[in-house]
This record gives sequence, structure tokens and C-alpha cells, in this order.
Amino acid sequence: MTFAVEFTQVSRIFGQTRAVDNVSVQVREGEFFSMLGPSGSGKTTSLRLIAGFEQPSTGSIRIFGQEAAGVPPYERDVNTVFQDYALFPHMNIRDNVAYGLMVKGIGKTERERKAEEALEMVALPGYGDRKPGQLSGGQRQRVALARALVNQPRVLLLDEPLGALDLKLREQMQVELKTLHRKLGITFIYVTHDQGEALSMSDRVAVFNNGRIEQVDAPKLLYTRPKTTFVADFVGTANVITGALAERITGQTQPFSIRPEHISFATTGELPADRLGVAGEVADVQYHGATSRVEVQVEQKLFAVMVANQDADDHALPVIGSQVQLSWPVSAMVMLQAG
Amino acid sequence: MSTLSMRQHGVLRSFSNLLYRRSNLYLLLLLVPPLLWFGVVYLGSLFALLGQSFYTFDDFTMSVLPEFTLANYKNLFEIANADIVLRTFFMAVAVTIASIFLAFPMAYYMARYASGVEKGFFYVAVMLPMWASYIVKAYGWTVILAKGGIVYWVIDRLGLTQGLEAFLALPYVGGNTLSTSHIGRFMVFTYIWLPFMILPIQAALERVPPSLLQASADLGARPAQTFRNVLLPLAIPGVIAGSIFTFSLTLGDYIIPQLIGPSGLFIGTMVYTMQGSIGNIPMAAAFTVVPIVLIGIYLNLAKRLGAFDAL
Repeated sequence: MTFAVEFTQVSRIFGQTRAVDNVSVQVREGEFFSMLGPSGSGKTTSLRLIAGFEQPSTGSIRIFGQEAAGVPPYERDVNTVFQDYALFPHMNIRDNVAYGLMVKGIGKTERERKAEEALEMVALPGYGDRKPGQLSGGQRQRVALARALVNQPRVLLLDEPLGALDLKLREQMQVELKTLHRKLGITFIYVTHDQGEALSMSDRVAVFNNGRIEQVDAPKLLYTRPKTTFVADFVGTANVITGALAERITGQTQPFSIRPEHISFATTGELPADRLGVAGEVADVQYHGATSRVEVQVEQKLFAVMVANQDADDHALPVIGSQVQLSWPVSAMVMLQAG
Repeated sequence: MSTLSMRQHGVLRSFSNLLYRRSNLYLLLLLVPPLLWFGVVYLGSLFALLGQSFYTFDDFTMSVLPEFTLANYKNLFEIANADIVLRTFFMAVAVTIASIFLAFPMAYYMARYASGVEKGFFYVAVMLPMWASYIVKAYGWTVILAKGGIVYWVIDRLGLTQGLEAFLALPYVGGNTLSTSHIGRFMVFTYIWLPFMILPIQAALERVPPSLLQASADLGARPAQTFRNVLLPLAIPGVIAGSIFTFSLTLGDYIIPQLIGPSGLFIGTMVYTMQGSIGNIPMAAAFTVVPIVLIGIYLNLAKRLGAFDAL
């Protein structure tokens, strides 16, 4: 099978830093693939390796089966939406969008027609005569998208494209990007540090940490079946229990994760056989609207517990400083590799 | 309450509080000294000079009479004076063009590749010649370019003396020796004004985000296309700024034309002579107007060609 993008043992080394460290991953044709991780985890460098702005130190990158090493960005069938949009300030919007067609030598009439079509696709018809400086952040984002898509790339690379937008606009753009992806059917590779964004938009997500990929899975599997302590911690909120405390609870030192929504309070008594638990002291109660978050101190570890507010009136929430017994179903626990 | 009122003690403190509340007053205080200097001393004396270009100079009494006349401007078009204007103009154009070609690669390297200590080195290297006295440098060049000087020695060792002689025999570029040739004068002008071209171009290039160049490549532009379509248009304001320096400095200079190159006056030397030796301030003033008009035309042209669209 030919993959849209295939990394085979790729490393990118800057001096002493292994920005990308022996990464192997396959991106399928037509999928919405996210690269998720904290800053400095290697996700952006991986994207730049695909775009051709960086070359791998070792390993092989194939784009639709063709070796990409040594191929400059302008000869690759991929286009990038940059984090800062990178619109050309001295050109109007039409010339910005038509730029890729212009450098390929496509005639003025045709490229302006295609540019207008692309602007219509991103809901900015008739904006061609304006300058980038006259548009809002969200509009510039759309222009950047149109400028990349007008070249009909087989892979679209998006480098934290929504990072600079406010929350409402970001959510709206997430939906639009998803719709666009379905409509165009091309491969999207999306870099983000926002786990919520990655989960809600992607077909599959690769979680990066320290230049390596910790796990590649569909969002649901990533959330319900994280493989490492890092993934459990980074994707969603999780109580990752390690070392002596893990041994006290389960009888073995292997770390495990339990999601806050799976923990409930039991005042007293023996736990049933299908549940595990631990006692602690309530350190904080935070109201979050639909839910409340209770933080419970157990030894050195602060457990997060999520309580749905519709189920619980104020009396059901424990008081700060009180002793509580936490318990959760064994089936909700995920055993992890240290990572 | 007591701490609050304590804070308000002191004349200085209440004065800064006043400035904080009245930002117009603050701006007024900030701008009065420079505006006085700029408006009265700087522009005022310039306009006084320009005004005098319409005064009458009495050749017999060698005195200036405050009577309106256009004779000074008419004189500019006399063949001897027009010759001076054209000679200076073409030298300024040649120096500017040469400076652009020399400065651009250097500025490009400084802006896009050099960093840290290397960048500091380049800044110092570019500006170091400006710390030395300008007259000393110009005199230095007369020695370097003189017959028996180092340039002649190198050319002799390379066996190119005949070629040099042939080159110096050319009209408009040559002269008796290198130090009394047009090309020698051109080299010294270019040497002296080059930093004024490098720094603005470097500043303009530095403001171009690397992502713009990457975006261009990403969209399929070969490096030459990226240069032509993205980098150059964004660097043009810097080139224009630098060329205003090299152009106007060459137009106004009166020392290099005296020290290096063949005889024949420049605008600067003419102003110096008119004003200093003869006392014909109206004619000197008329000559001073020439560079102002030329720069004005140049800027207008640049604007029409869209040089400032990126600003």
C-alpha cells in the first residue's frame, strides 16, 4: 500500500538536540492526521520535513511512495498553511491566492478565476482587491488556506493554523476545516498542541514527546486506551498513578491511569470486588458549569475527580478538608508503560 | 490612606502625576525641543537659504541685494553650470547603482545568515570606516591610487599595466592617473558612502519574516522567483532609503571632487566656491536647490512604481 506520507526511522538532529528522534509513521491517503504534542516535541519539525524546509539527518521520507530527501519545497506536491499565515504584505489578496499559479506560469485570466473560486470556497468572495493588512486574523487564516488549496495539493500541511484565533473563531474554523476536508478528500496533516482540537477533528492522532512518537491511534482509542503515562497525561485529564502509590492500590508497581469521570465517592465500607480505591482529603472544589472538579490529596498525589452537576446538588459535593474514599471500576483503569 | 497621601508628596511626583493625567501636555513637552530644532533651526535655515536663491547678486559691488530675480536659476542652465550639474548627477547615479550591487549581498548575508558574534562583527566592520575622519580616508585614497601607490604596484605585478593605461584613456571614465581619473573618484565615493546603503537594506531584509520566503517556496516558486517576487519588493524601501543617502551625499559633497579625480567642478565644490570665495550666496543657494529637486523627482518616481507599497 502506498501511503500519502511515510517516515522510516527519520531523525533530525540540530547540534546536540534530536528534534525528531527515530520516527516511523505512516499517514494514509485522504485522512485527517494530527501531530499532537507540547512545544519542542518534534511535531513542527516533522511537518517541516514533509514540506521540505528541513532535511532529515537520517532515515527516509516518502511522499506518495517517492523519496523526498533532497527534493526542495518548490518541487513537492504539498502545500502549507503557516502558523503566522505568511501572507505577502505587498500583494493584494487575489495575488496572494494566485501566487502558486503565477509562479507555475498559468495565465492571468485563469489564475484570477481560480483564485476567486478558492476565495469563495473559504467564504471570502470579492475580497481580492484588499491587502492582507486590512483583514482580521480569521480572514487572513482563510486566505492562507485558499492560497494553499488553489494549487490542489495532494497533502495539505497545517502548522497550528488556529493558534492565534480566539476561542469562538477557533471552534468555528475547526468545523469549517473538517467540512473542507470531507469535501476535498485530500490528506490533511495538522500540527497542534491542543489535545481537544486534535481529538475532535482527526481520523488519527500521533502523540509526540521529546522527538519521538509515543502513540498513533484514533482519538477514541487514544483517550480510552493510552499506552504510556505521557499520552494518558497529555490527552485529556487523567490521574496517572505511579510507583509506591500504584503498588499500594493495585499490588504492582506498573503505572496506571484513571480518568476523573470514572471516579466516584464512597463514604465508608468495603469496596466490591470489581472496584478499586483509595482514601484522601479534599483539597479543592472547582465549579466548571456542567461539572465540578474535586481535587483529593492522596499522599503526594492530587487526584482529580469529575462530578456532573446535574446529578449532584451542592450537598453531594464533599467539603474542603473532609476525608473521602475514592473508588472506580477496575475495568476503567488503563495499565501504562512508563514514558 | 496615609500611604496614598504620602506618595503624593513632592513636586516631582505631582508633576509626573499631572503628566500622566494630561497626556497631551506630556506629548507637548516631549515634542517642543525637537520641533523647535527641526522647525526653526533646521527647516527655517533651509528655507532662508532657498529664499536667498531669488535674491540678486551685484557683480560690481560683490554684494547681495534683496531684490527678487530668477537670474540665478537661469544661470544654472548656462552651459558651464549645466555641465557641473550633469557631471555631479551622473556620478551620483553611478555611485548609487554600484552601492546597491555591492551592498545587497552583504546586507542579505547580515540579515538572513549572520547571528550573534558574527553579526556584531559585520556591524562593526560596516561602520568602522565611518568612525575614522572622512578627510583622512579621502587623502588615504589619493595615496593608494597615486602612481607608485599600491594599486599601481599590484596591477604592475599582474602584468596589467597596459590594460590600465588603455582603460584610463577612455573618455568620461579615465584620467591621467588613477587618482586623477573619474573612475578613481567613483571608487572613493562608493567606498565612502557604501555603509549608508548597506544598513537600510539590511534593516529592510531583517524585517522580512523567514516564513514569507518559505511560503513562496512552498507554493512552488524557485529561489530566483522568490527573490524577484517576494524578497526584492520587500527590500525596495531599504534600497530607496539607502540610495537617497548615497545619491544626495554624492550630490552635495565638495571634498572628494577636490582631492581625487580630474579637474572640473561638482555641485558641492561650486556651492563652496560661490559661497566661500565669491560670496555669491544667491547662486550657491540656487545650486543647493538642484539636489533637492532631483531627490524629489526620484522619490516621486519610486512611489509611482510602487516601491513603497510594502510599507
